[in-house]
Amino acid sequence: MAHSVTTRTRASSFAAIAALALIALGIALPGFASRGVIQDGFFILTMLVLAQFWNLLAGYGGLVSVGQQAFVGLGAYGLFGAVILWRIDPVPALALSGLFALVVAIPTAFFAFRLAGAYFAIGTWVVAEVVRLSVAQWKALGGGTGTSLPRDAQETMTGVALIEQMFGVRTAAAQDILAYWLALALAVATIGGIYLLLRSKAGLALAAVRDNAEAARAVGVDAGRLKWLVFLTSAFGTGIAGGLIYLQKGRISPDAAFSVTDWTAYVIFIVVIGGIGTIEGPIIGVLVFFALQTLFADYGSSYLMALGLIGIAIMLFAPQGLWGLFSARTGIQLFPIRRRLIQTDRQE
Amino acid sequence: MPLLSTHALTARYGDFQALFGVDIALEAGQTLAIIGANGAGKTTLLRAIAGVLASDPGMVMFDGRAIGALTADQVMVQGIAMVPEGRRLFPSLSVEENLLIGGQMRRSAGPWTLQTVYELFPILREKCRAPGTALSGGQQQMVAIGRALMSNPRVLLCDEISLGLAPVVIRDIYAAFPRIQAGGASVIVVEQDIGQALQVASRVYCMMEGRVTLSGAPDGLTREAIHAAYFGAMA
Amino acid sequence: MNWLDTIVQGILLGGLYALFAAGLSLVFGIMRLVNLAHGDLIVLAAYLVLVLTSALGLNPFLAALIAAPIMFGAGWVLQRVVLNRVLGADILPPLLVTFGLSVVIQNALQQGFSADSRRIGAGALETASVDLGPVTVGVMPVLTFASAVAVILALNALFYRTALGRAFRATSDDPATARLMGIRPQAVFAQATGIAMIVVTIAALYLGTRANFDPSIGPARLIYAFEAVIIGGLGSLWGTLAGGVIIGVAQTLGAAVNPEWQILSGHVAFLLVLLVRPRGLFPRAYD
Repeated sequence: MAHSVTTRTRASSFAAIAALALIALGIALPGFASRGVIQDGFFILTMLVLAQFWNLLAGYGGLVSVGQQAFVGLGAYGLFGAVILWRIDPVPALALSGLFALVVAIPTAFFAFRLAGAYFAIGTWVVAEVVRLSVAQWKALGGGTGTSLPRDAQETMTGVALIEQMFGVRTAAAQDILAYWLALALAVATIGGIYLLLRSKAGLALAAVRDNAEAARAVGVDAGRLKWLVFLTSAFGTGIAGGLIYLQKGRISPDAAFSVTDWTAYVIFIVVIGGIGTIEGPIIGVLVFFALQTLFADYGSSYLMALGLIGIAIMLFAPQGLWGLFSARTGIQLFPIRRRLIQTDRQE
Repeated sequence: MPLLSTHALTARYGDFQALFGVDIALEAGQTLAIIGANGAGKTTLLRAIAGVLASDPGMVMFDGRAIGALTADQVMVQGIAMVPEGRRLFPSLSVEENLLIGGQMRRSAGPWTLQTVYELFPILREKCRAPGTALSGGQQQMVAIGRALMSNPRVLLCDEISLGLAPVVIRDIYAAFPRIQAGGASVIVVEQDIGQALQVASRVYCMMEGRVTLSGAPDGLTREAIHAAYFGAMA
Repeated sequence: MNWLDTIVQGILLGGLYALFAAGLSLVFGIMRLVNLAHGDLIVLAAYLVLVLTSALGLNPFLAALIAAPIMFGAGWVLQRVVLNRVLGADILPPLLVTFGLSVVIQNALQQGFSADSRRIGAGALETASVDLGPVTVGVMPVLTFASAVAVILALNALFYRTALGRAFRATSDDPATARLMGIRPQAVFAQATGIAMIVVTIAALYLGTRANFDPSIGPARLIYAFEAVIIGGLGSLWGTLAGGVIIGVAQTLGAAVNPEWQILSGHVAFLLVLLVRPRGLFPRAYD
């Protein structure tokens, strides 16, 4: 009798088909949706990417960082630097966003991994502050007040002209559509990549380290290498997302690009509400966050206070988040990672 | 009426059941020994009595009161003090502070004060300023016992106090028992060292796999009976 | 640049940072709790003192005396009702809950007091100075540093000479065995947080009289406080003072070279110390 290891479940097979349909819908969206919807979609997709990477770090890797905003800002400044100083087309320059973030992530990890637990969290925050304050000294890109992307660079980006023709829209709208598609591609690549990672041997090792680092080491798992893998991957992905976010905004400043509220507080909120340590969690979380944002953002500080209170309540009463509650009740996993042994074929 | 007794005491660690209806009784002034192999449930029994493990109220009776559902700190205040397995001294506290903290939450009349504990274990007076964990195993055990005595408990629970100690050290520690008993405490001793246990106790319970398999006065038990109860028949 | 003057200013500034940090050190040391709302609690206390001075016409020191027990109570309740529930092996829940708390406090203060900068008036003391020969120092900075030293002396006396302090240390070492001694960890933690809030009130007094404050400055104070605690090492209050002084001096030296570099210099000093001593300068022997 032969056996194989599988992770597929009925719910996941169904979800896979639904996901493909959703992606197809997402690609086609600019054909019939208004510019406002496209911009909302961009916001949801980019926050989702940030949330997935923070979740990879903290939920799967056990590395609670309060400093990911460093990589958002670095990716954004990497893009602006490449476009303004080196005259590179913004779209391919996104790769440089990731690289710029990655390059700084290496010494950051070297330093931060000497710390554990709460020290690690504060350490990453301080590193982010150092990066912010240092970048604010970079006069070529506007110093403390920031700068904008040159208009002609934005208007002549790869693909803009093509989209103008395809949909018969003006340049500004075409830029939004382009940014949206890039965000969609990034989100799909991120979720797909993380899912594949978690299904791989490295993913299994990650889960083992998260549960019991000593025991994992005893069976030969190299926890150190895994931490580096997770940290650098998250930095790279967050950097690209940061570059993309500010590509769409067109204007940057250190306080905005390295904002702990926008790029860490909200992200943590999203992951926690949705359900930390699951891929489905951030998806739910970003939808809830978006709904709250849309409905209540006009209320200013009351809205933020409510967010804070909801976050506290979730941690007190439902620490596994909304998806965690649902999944615990029903046992459904849309991105199943648990491996089961199944019998593959019956032979004489 | 016994001072302390358990009635059909059960206890579990998650899904694993460690005690299956254990009945023991401790009379005032008596010393009881509980022996058994590793995993027999001896420590679990003590922890259930001490309130570290929760049980139903009536499963543990102390001085006529049902204390099974009380938490460990509440049980201690009632007058049951534990010398935990592995000593567990506080590293941040000196020897003297470890002793003091044993008595600071329960004001009760009795013979045990810092001075009388130092008389019981004179070596501790010399080392009173040292951090609790800087002492040898035997000395740490003395501190742990002294710490429990400082609250002048009515019942003293001793969990494997000979564990990891050399025989001569074990003898020294058990040599202090007569004075402890004279001070009025009733004692339950959990031991793997059967010899010492049988010497200090007036009644012995043997446990195996969460159940009491034998009980009686030490001189009334044959080696064969103990052997069978300890390891199971046909060992 | 007058080196001596810059360094002395830095040391005195370090006193303020040590005050920010002392309460944090207490709580972090006893229960490994990372309270991300600590800075906002200092700002909250500053507003409380402000209200007491304007509503009752009191001088700020008296107002702080009245504010202290109020803050003690607030901290006690916070710990009992919210934080005790999330304490455990996982550092994430307390981190997230206190993060949420930080957001709530900042925005509640903004609702109540608007985002305008405020200051607690201290009358003539604000500009009074003392001539120490080669340097002249302000009276308030000296008072701040002296208060920091006094607070640390008091906390150390509490920790090492009282039964409560013994209970703090024992619970910090081993909550389960502390239970066997009749100690209730939940109650101990609540008292610790309450005491930390008293220190926070003192810090708030000096923060509010020294410079303008508004609801948003909490997080920056939190970072300085944490840096001081971490540089000093877990469990050492004098270490926390040393950490505060290191950050203060780094900041004033950096500012003397270029005013834009003040905060950055403090952070760089922090990172450098951590690189060389990941557990701080005077950590406990174990953790």
